[in-house]
Amino acid sequence: MSHYLFILVGAVLVNNVVLVKILGLCPFMGVSKKLETAYGMGAATTFVLTMATGASYIIDHYLLIPFGLEYLRTLSFIVTIAAIVQLTEMVIAKTSPSLQQTLGIYLPLITTNCAVLGVPLLNISNGYNFIDSLLFGAGSAFGFSLVLILFAGMRERIEGADVPIYFRGVAIAMVTAGLMALAFMGFAGLDKYQ
Amino acid sequence: MLMNLFKFKGGVKPPTNKTQSLGLPIAQAPLPTRLVVPLHQSIGGMPRPVVKAGDKVLKGQLIGQADGWISAAVHAPTSGTVLEVALHVQPHPSGLDALCVVIEPDGRDQWIERTALDYQAMTPEQVREHLQQSGVVGLGGAVFPTHGKLTASKTVPMEEMVINGAECEPFITCDDLLMRERAEEVVRGIGIFRDLLQPKKVLIGIEDNKPEAAAAMRAAVSALNEKFDVVQVPTLYPAGGAKQLIRVLTGKEVPASKRSTDLGVQCFNVATAYTAWRAIAHGEPVVSRLVTVSGNVDAPRNYEVLIGTPMDELLKLANPHPDTDGIVMGGPMMGFLMPNNQVPVVKATNCLIAHSPRIFPPAPPEMPCIRCGSCAQACPHELQPFEMYWFSRAKNFGKTQEYHIFDCIECGCCSFVCPSRIPLVQYFRFAKSEIWAREREKNAADGAKERFEFKQLRDEREKAEKAEKLAKAAAAQAAKKAAEAAAATEATSTETASTSAVVEATPTVAVDAEKEAKKATILAAMERAKAQREAAQIKNTENLNAQQQRDIAEIEARREVIQPAAPTAVDENKA
Amino acid sequence: MEIVLAIAIMALGAVVLGAALGFASIKFKVEGDPLVEKINSILPQTQCGQCGFPGCKPYSEAIAKGEVDINLCPPGGLEGVQRLADLLGREVKPLEQEERPKQIAIIDENTCIGCTLCIQACPVDAIVGAAKQMHTIITPLCTGCELCLPPCPVECIRMEAITENLDNWKWKFPVVEIKAAPMQKAA
Repeated sequence: MSHYLFILVGAVLVNNVVLVKILGLCPFMGVSKKLETAYGMGAATTFVLTMATGASYIIDHYLLIPFGLEYLRTLSFIVTIAAIVQLTEMVIAKTSPSLQQTLGIYLPLITTNCAVLGVPLLNISNGYNFIDSLLFGAGSAFGFSLVLILFAGMRERIEGADVPIYFRGVAIAMVTAGLMALAFMGFAGLDKYQ
Repeated sequence: MLMNLFKFKGGVKPPTNKTQSLGLPIAQAPLPTRLVVPLHQSIGGMPRPVVKAGDKVLKGQLIGQADGWISAAVHAPTSGTVLEVALHVQPHPSGLDALCVVIEPDGRDQWIERTALDYQAMTPEQVREHLQQSGVVGLGGAVFPTHGKLTASKTVPMEEMVINGAECEPFITCDDLLMRERAEEVVRGIGIFRDLLQPKKVLIGIEDNKPEAAAAMRAAVSALNEKFDVVQVPTLYPAGGAKQLIRVLTGKEVPASKRSTDLGVQCFNVATAYTAWRAIAHGEPVVSRLVTVSGNVDAPRNYEVLIGTPMDELLKLANPHPDTDGIVMGGPMMGFLMPNNQVPVVKATNCLIAHSPRIFPPAPPEMPCIRCGSCAQACPHELQPFEMYWFSRAKNFGKTQEYHIFDCIECGCCSFVCPSRIPLVQYFRFAKSEIWAREREKNAADGAKERFEFKQLRDEREKAEKAEKLAKAAAAQAAKKAAEAAAATEATSTETASTSAVVEATPTVAVDAEKEAKKATILAAMERAKAQREAAQIKNTENLNAQQQRDIAEIEARREVIQPAAPTAVDENKA
Repeated sequence: MEIVLAIAIMALGAVVLGAALGFASIKFKVEGDPLVEKINSILPQTQCGQCGFPGCKPYSEAIAKGEVDINLCPPGGLEGVQRLADLLGREVKPLEQEERPKQIAIIDENTCIGCTLCIQACPVDAIVGAAKQMHTIITPLCTGCELCLPPCPVECIRMEAITENLDNWKWKFPVVEIKAAPMQKAA
């Protein structure tokens, strides 16, 4: 039981994909202007990442390793992820066209999100079994969503503030993200209890 | 009697500055040199003028007729001659002008024929009609036509009627003196309201810094054998706000989305009750009101002032000090600085404060918000002024509404306590007027879209009908031709061909001739219009001699002086 | 041999995923475009044609398709551009044309000949009148699109800017003037 808890906490806080591993910065910067889009993006990425970890584990264990085709990992993972993202796009287009419009180009860009490719690869390098990888994937996605929503909330408040003119927009966002990363370094100590 | 009073959160205790104007009794202000009576003095529709320049009017004569249900009539404050019905600067922070009736008093102050009415013999509708025609409006500051508040809700029974004698704002003492000197008439007026609304209880709320007024009211209530409760509420600004007083006396909290009658309670000002009694029992429409004159003056006092008195003439009676640089209408928390000193006193004017940099030092510059939360602690409506400020400043009006900006009564408690000296109320006023402007624009745009879509529908329908008609006519023509052809099969083919060709040719020739005639008339009309326009153009603007040029220069110089005061063409179209 | 196996597996994967996506694309087909309605509700409905399209609805359809920029509407002002940018996630750009103050049209009754050409031209039915009868523009309904000016044969219509009056007056954004304090004398 505690093993699963450690994996989860580790994925969400200690080894947070965005702020500690510095992966997946493109949607983090691009979609965090408004809270509504952040919620949508978080949900979409969670869906994609969880399915991707599950699918890539199955492909790796039952297709690539038995046939000794480990060198095809990156290729097959990307193909799977691309298909899952396409599916997600279609579902979002059907259920919420305005969300699709607001997410814009960042929805198909989940395909090239380094977090979405990185987490399955990390699973393999950590040697997790199926349940562990699913948990790690879901936890990473949850951590991504958490940080994205926090960041979007902060950016919304900074919108109304008196920012010096040359810092407005992306510059102050970068500064904020850096400070958030510093804050998340505080979780590094949780590793000791693993 | 003992009564459980409730509390409202927040509120501030500014220095009251009321003792200066309480020393002397109410004085009658003398007749001013002229009276400028604005027509639109209450919330709601603009009354229509029923007099014109040159008319002679008597005191209390109708000069502005109420327009619609939510509107109150306006009457001449004294007898005299109407000088003009024109645009004058209003006692409004914008400094814009609106239609006023200017009356020159003849000195005789002669009333119209006044008839006392026995309101108990009249139906409620008749009483309300009479109050509207007498111009009775809420004199607490909101100037809502009182007859509109005298109908109980159909679903919720009227439980309490609250009478507002609190007068919480500093400097203002007119209600205090009204209750001290004319308590009996106030109580009789409250009786009228009681009979119209039939509440279970009547509560008269007076702040506890007015013991004489409370005593006078108690004496009047017992002398008239009424069962009203005179309750002294703790002195706290803004206990005199309608919603705050209702909360203190009854415990009910009225949200912005509901009317107070939906909770079974209604609130009236003491001065409103007084004018209602004068209107019914003495037949006197609202032509004057009590005004406190205080601030940077030698002799602060309360005066009974005619509506339409220019403010500088009223202020002179109190001997303002030489460093007075403006007049504030209202109190120091919610009042406005007037655009100039000559604007008239209106029904909403409860106090004039002579402004000087000594009493009201200029506002220090605004510093950044430190999110200390003092404003949220002081707000009587439990709002979050720092959040509303943040979003009003960023012009994010959707978020300001999420923080309930329309619940704000602009009492000024938050600006009073802010350590960074931020003029919070100004930001909220800005946000509210922007939101209203956007709503107006959106409604106009939606209406335009509807009309545009209907017009397109109509055009297509007309086209379809025309096409149908043409098709029918063409079918009829074809049928006729076929019949002719069938009938003329005996005749030679060339003959039929020529007749049908002639039949076809003559209609088209006739149509062409008609078209030419129409074109000729149109061209003639255009020529006539052009000639007319040219006749209206200014001629002889070239080749002027020296004398003519000097004359023109002089006239232009004069025009530049008077141009700003003259109304523009658009205003004339609107007025 | 291994290469063939690798290619076979990749091909199998591609076929399976392709089939799944094809099935999904039919199941999740989206009809129509509710986005156009949202864009249209932001536009000011003047139907003036200054954007180059015959009305606000065709312009919103073009924006939804992504064919045109969002900064072509002067009556909507910079604020309209910002609201469109917020809705669509596009960049805010300055307006193509100058934003003019809001105007309304007024007919000079002395010169009007009652020809009804302006009534046919007005896209929002703001002109009242009939053939050979006086025409007049209902001021609150006029959107200032200026489409009635060209058809008038006697040029009796003019545009006037809307002035501030007590009904449409707005509080201004609070600005506190910072005055330099007088120098303090040394103690």
